[in-house]
Amino acid sequence: MAVDEKTYKVVGTQPVRHDGVDKVTGRAKYGVDASMPGMVWGKVLRSPHARARIKSIDTSRAETADGILAVTTGEDYPDTGPGDYMDERAIARNRVTYAGQAVAAVAAISAHEAEEALRLINVEYETLPPILDVQSAMAKDAPIILDELRTETSGSFGNSPTNIAKHIIHEEGDVEAGMAAADHVFERSYTTSMVHQGYIEPHNALAYWNPDGSLVVESSSQGHFGIRDDLSKVLDYPKSKIRVIPAEIGGGFGGKTTVYLEPLAAVLSRKSGRPVKMTMNRTEVLIGTGPASGAHTTICLGVTNAGEITAAKIELAFEAGGYPGSAVGAGCLCAIGPYGIKNFRIDGYDVIVNKPKSHAYRAPGAPQAEFGVDCLVDEICEALNMDPLEFRHLNATKQGDVRADGTKYHTIGNIETVEAAMATDHWKTSLGEGSATKRRGRGVGSGYWMNGGGKSSAVARLNEDGTVTLLEGSMDIGGTRTSTAMQLAETLGIAIDQVNPIVPDTDGIAFTGVTGGSRVTFATGWAAIEAAKDLQAQMVSGLSDYWDVSSDAIAVDQGAFSQNGTTITFQEAAAVLHDDGQEIVGKSTVEPSGAGNTFALHIADVEVDLETGKVDILRYTALQDAGTAIYPPYVEGQMEGGVAQGVGWALHEEYVYDEDGRMRNSSFLDYRMLTSLDIPMIETVIVEVPNPGHPYGVRGVGEVPLVPPLAAVANAISQAIGVRIRDLPASPHKVRAAIASSTQ
Amino acid sequence: MRAIQYAAPTTVDDAVALLAEHGENARILAGGTDLIVQVREDGRDTELFVDAKGIPELTDLTVSADGTTTLGAATPCYELYGNDNFCAAYPAIVDAARIIGSTGIQGRASVGGNLCNAGPAGDSIPALIVHSAICNVAGPNGRREIAVEDFCTAPGRNSLEAGEMLVSLTLPSPPPNSGTHYLRFIPRNEMDIAVVGAGAFLQLDGDSITAARIALGAVAPTPLFVQAAGEALIGQTAGEAAFAAAAEIARDTASPIDDMRGTVAHRKQLSYVLTQRALRGALAHAQGGTPSNGH
Repeated sequence: MAVDEKTYKVVGTQPVRHDGVDKVTGRAKYGVDASMPGMVWGKVLRSPHARARIKSIDTSRAETADGILAVTTGEDYPDTGPGDYMDERAIARNRVTYAGQAVAAVAAISAHEAEEALRLINVEYETLPPILDVQSAMAKDAPIILDELRTETSGSFGNSPTNIAKHIIHEEGDVEAGMAAADHVFERSYTTSMVHQGYIEPHNALAYWNPDGSLVVESSSQGHFGIRDDLSKVLDYPKSKIRVIPAEIGGGFGGKTTVYLEPLAAVLSRKSGRPVKMTMNRTEVLIGTGPASGAHTTICLGVTNAGEITAAKIELAFEAGGYPGSAVGAGCLCAIGPYGIKNFRIDGYDVIVNKPKSHAYRAPGAPQAEFGVDCLVDEICEALNMDPLEFRHLNATKQGDVRADGTKYHTIGNIETVEAAMATDHWKTSLGEGSATKRRGRGVGSGYWMNGGGKSSAVARLNEDGTVTLLEGSMDIGGTRTSTAMQLAETLGIAIDQVNPIVPDTDGIAFTGVTGGSRVTFATGWAAIEAAKDLQAQMVSGLSDYWDVSSDAIAVDQGAFSQNGTTITFQEAAAVLHDDGQEIVGKSTVEPSGAGNTFALHIADVEVDLETGKVDILRYTALQDAGTAIYPPYVEGQMEGGVAQGVGWALHEEYVYDEDGRMRNSSFLDYRMLTSLDIPMIETVIVEVPNPGHPYGVRGVGEVPLVPPLAAVANAISQAIGVRIRDLPASPHKVRAAIASSTQ
Repeated sequence: MRAIQYAAPTTVDDAVALLAEHGENARILAGGTDLIVQVREDGRDTELFVDAKGIPELTDLTVSADGTTTLGAATPCYELYGNDNFCAAYPAIVDAARIIGSTGIQGRASVGGNLCNAGPAGDSIPALIVHSAICNVAGPNGRREIAVEDFCTAPGRNSLEAGEMLVSLTLPSPPPNSGTHYLRFIPRNEMDIAVVGAGAFLQLDGDSITAARIALGAVAPTPLFVQAAGEALIGQTAGEAAFAAAAEIARDTASPIDDMRGTVAHRKQLSYVLTQRALRGALAHAQGGTPSNGH
């Protein structure tokens, strides 16, 4: 439903996607398809211990094993200095901080020989008891995981050893006065488990060195410039001597925005003199890459009898994993995003625990932070006997309200999204009856995400037949070749099938940030628009030479060029300019601010088997403000994907650890993502409140749909069984235990 | 992973000879849906796969004149639910065959392999127990029979001696006015492993139960034959009161563990609930209906 009707020719249509034919015919080249003559295989030895000192590593037997060409350990890598721990995150040095951390790697003629050689590496560990949750890690006398760590608070560092890497504080208004003005104050604590992005394609890398000393790496990632820059840091090697070639990607969701195998493959290649290919198996992906933090949150809200939120106090403690750097910062910004609250204090803690170093996952930090808030809102609505959508409408963030970091909201579509939810058939249709042993519930969840800007580059090359080759720097993970090409086509006034979008390697285009933060259609789309304008201006200039008239005398309309009663089409102009000896290339690098904040609201109906605790999703509707939807089916796809992952997070997904800190469920059998039979058809409603900060009103859509499902599902279950669910996942044994506790 | 030898004998004698020669490092390969995964995950020091699928006796499905069925140990699941006579006679086994893995897995996976794998949660095993199935075993010292409920000895361990292999399963002809059902509880709706499984057999004379067998999966180190629950039903009127009493015995007999797939309390509760549901399904079948396959 478009709020602001503009007439576009290409934007908002559904053309055949440019990458479609290769993908449906199986010709698309993914990272794992990369190959080189003489290529050999690398494998990683991972720590079986969650917390240990490495006393020694003896690789001598592995080095002489059959087929072995190279062995690498942490000694082969430079010290990258304090702060981001890029060195240890690539391969352990003197300690391990989680089970699954890379400790050594080998390259061999065959993958089997490499695996066998790993058994011959003797690592002597001095094991220490692991710390596996934030509350234990934050306790007063907790053992210290990283001896040198000091808590950073607003840029200054504490004096004593700690497991708290960072303490973030956001404050506005007067919280105590706000609480005093409330008729009711509610406070509850919530927990969520560490979860994985669950991309189907495991990590992969192929590395080789040219005789001139330059390094080439092929891997599927969410940003080849980011991979290049990480490699440069981990290897202490100039960026200009590293070329990263992107591949099609089989899912990333934030998890493929850093290096894991790439530096190991590079060093093994340097040592062996051969191209080295590495791939992970599923267990390695789960234990050795960057899942999303588990979190413990405490939410306190003050409300009046009329349902107005007067103040919020929020504490978020996120599992960083074995090294600092959880998404708690973004969680702090998002926690109360959907609610316009004048008085708040938000405290965020980035906490070291002996689990994999967490990494970005789709709206990083927001699902964990907003889950508790939206569950408490539901509890408040129940206590005040208020409709949860009316409550959200009353308290909705509006233009002019202030975000946690003090940023003022411009035009946002929060209220419009709530109103659209009120108008859905789903909301107006009764839940229906369960049975003697099955109870139904309906839950609502809200979601907020900032969306990102960042640096993006595009080059538009005019071909003599009037087609345009669009080179863009963003790895295409969600159909962005087409969504940026559409913005170029709209700007030039040509048809979308006249544009051929390509993602070149790091030597073939100017720097472009990662594909993340829901930023590509916004920022790289903008770069394509600017490149198109540059191209068009150059065409006008070229035609002014050709026609020998001033540029001002040439009018451009729908891609056609006119002067003095003569009109030529875009194609004719391309031919004329080519024949005239002119080759036209438009280019642009942008770093736009003005990314549009985005809001979502989901409605979930569940049925709970009271005897077993099993939860079935009966109906699900997802709404969100997309700004202008450039390619509406892509927007719907993003919404549906977010729902599938979010419902999995709510119901099943979790890292299960034994007391030694080893992940027990490191396969897709026991790490339960939803299958196609576990979720019904998802109804989607795209709300369009165009972002005034983008030429075509784009906001960004990929991340926010992961936020609302956690609370929507938990609230629905709570309504069905009459007991509040505050600990995710709401797996059957927990739901059944809650039912049993209420009937005793 | 090391290179592994592969042999495809065509007779039971040849297969037994290979097992005798290579000892514990030789493994019988049926569908391979468990075995190959285990070997890849480095769980076994396997040197030789002895592929059983080339031995006719291991893939045959035959019915003798007295109605007894002999099911070759390597017969894939899809052949069972693709066989109307088998479906009518052994509904619990078919219930299990339809939910092992996925459709693709069922094209390879066999009931015999599921049994030899001896997983506490193996879906087919409680179903075989309630159908009173007998294992036909061949080895260096000839052939012998073992009741299915005595076959598994511990998680992943069975009572096959060195050099022995499971050849087939003998399934008695279903008695008149009888029915069976197997179901399991899984958190999702497919591609999952049983938190608890339950199978039931009922034979009726009018409304009165004349014979009953109940078996549970995933609540003990091996699939569990709950003989007392079945015996308690004999002479009772088929219905909710009798089923609840039997289910209480099943719950009390279950001795599950806490693990990542379920808790003791949840598995006890599920033993109670699923036993009743299995009995309802068996009753419906005995009365000529089709049990619903709800979880």
